[in-house]
Amino acid sequence: MIIFLQATAEGLALGAVYSLVAIGFVLIYKAMDVLSFAQPALAVVGAAFISALAVDRGVPFWIAFIVGIVLTGILSLIIERTFLRPMVGEPVFSVAILTIGIDILLRTVLDNWIGLNPRYLGDPFPSFGNFGSINIGGVVLKYLEISAFLTAVVVIILLSIFFKKSKYGVAMRATSFDQEAALAQGIDVGKIFALVWFIAGMLASFAGFFITGGFNTLTQFSFISALRALPAVVIGGLDSIPGAVVGSLIIGLTQGYVAYFQADMESLVGFPLGSGFSLVAPYLIMFVILLVKPDGLFGTEEVERV
Amino acid sequence: MLSVQNLEVVYQDVILVLRGVSFEIPKGEIVSLLGSNGSGKTTVIRSITGLLDIQNGDITKGTISVDGEDITNEKPSKIVEKGIAQVLEGRRIFAELSVVENLRLGGHTNSKDIPENIDRVLDLFPILKERSKGEAGYLSGGEQQMLAIGRALMSNPNYLLLDEPSLGLAPKLVDQIAELITEINSQGVTVLLVEQNANMALNVSSHGYIMETGNIVMDNPSDELLQDQDVREFYLGLNPEGTNRKSFKDVKHYKRKKRWLS
Repeated sequence: MIIFLQATAEGLALGAVYSLVAIGFVLIYKAMDVLSFAQPALAVVGAAFISALAVDRGVPFWIAFIVGIVLTGILSLIIERTFLRPMVGEPVFSVAILTIGIDILLRTVLDNWIGLNPRYLGDPFPSFGNFGSINIGGVVLKYLEISAFLTAVVVIILLSIFFKKSKYGVAMRATSFDQEAALAQGIDVGKIFALVWFIAGMLASFAGFFITGGFNTLTQFSFISALRALPAVVIGGLDSIPGAVVGSLIIGLTQGYVAYFQADMESLVGFPLGSGFSLVAPYLIMFVILLVKPDGLFGTEEVERV
Repeated sequence: MLSVQNLEVVYQDVILVLRGVSFEIPKGEIVSLLGSNGSGKTTVIRSITGLLDIQNGDITKGTISVDGEDITNEKPSKIVEKGIAQVLEGRRIFAELSVVENLRLGGHTNSKDIPENIDRVLDLFPILKERSKGEAGYLSGGEQQMLAIGRALMSNPNYLLLDEPSLGLAPKLVDQIAELITEINSQGVTVLLVEQNANMALNVSSHGYIMETGNIVMDNPSDELLQDQDVREFYLGLNPEGTNRKSFKDVKHYKRKKRWLS
């Protein structure tokens, strides 16, 4: 039972982190009808900014954290302005391929900078130690896992207030519902796209910090963790923010349970599943869910498939 | 005065839709623009409000000006700021958003007046007041049309361009919309009414223009148009016995292309 709770706690923390990247995917998809494959790379960019500032330059962690996140948002905005704005009206497929190009570009530059040795991110809780944890009735919770979960909850609440109450939040919803009608109201759709990318970039870098921060290392393979938000949005439905959150939690929990119960599963199926099966399992879940619901659990039916 | 001079519009670089359209909407008037499907009425409105770009259309010739200021090819947001609001064909309300959110979006360019404008619009459309918190998609067709008009009024426009407000509404509701248009006009808003329902449009407006295949083929004060034999025949369905003419193309005596500057 303790192991089950432990797996659940770790799964929820992971899922919360994925949900931040996943919401970025959904925001861009809803606004522009394009799945931006550059999201995972942006997550790593965020972690890289934080690492460069906090470790290499010795900037106090929290300042590095905030500056890194804002810088990633700005980078994301620049990407939208330079690469995606000229593509407005072009076929969705071309734009999606373009985002893969951006993803490769960012990753190449990052891989070169990261190098072969893992890089460290700053320590948010110096008094506790980065790997610090508390023990609640046998369940060991890392501070980083708790803060990842709380951050995701706070960010999601703030976003939903933004979408409900603020002028630009409502304008974003209107634009994703009917772009032409939004234009007719005098909404500057270009500004809305820029804002969407800015927010998506910041969300990605939040997640980037926790994904790499959770293991406290930034390596050339960190983006693979961030990429796991993709099965999450596919499961949840590309155009649904609640779907993105639920999908992320499913992915996170799957990963957690498989990691802890792989031995039991192997004895159940009767053959070895291989090491690191927990990293493959999310894609397996995605496969099964797509067979049953091709548009995802919460997706609109007529949404195109990827 | 909103004036359109010799406007030519091409879609996708090849489809010539407007072939030199000119007309004027004097301040404080209601002007109607009539014509059958595909005659270019909606394109005229799109050109004025800057919504051609999104449909791959370009203004290749001509100018549009409002109160002497050239607004040809301006961005839609700038045009709304200049006091021109549009009600799109087919209402196009934001169905997933609430009624009040729809209204707030109408006031996007004019945020500081939103609260008082909401009160004003809800007074004009009491039916929306009862459902102001509800999702706009659940309104009936007539209510949605009122919401669309109310949303356009949120930007405090001097000019209101209505694209087929009677589309898909029961005759009783059409009468109601017609009354509303008169009421809005009496509050000082100049109205361009694009319609297929010629009877309603001509009864409301002071002047009417008739379009066919990208040209304005006729323009006269509305009461004269209502009495005109050709208009009665083509647009009001009042064919005299034994005739089978369907379009101004069949009318030999009328100069088909109106040249404004000659």
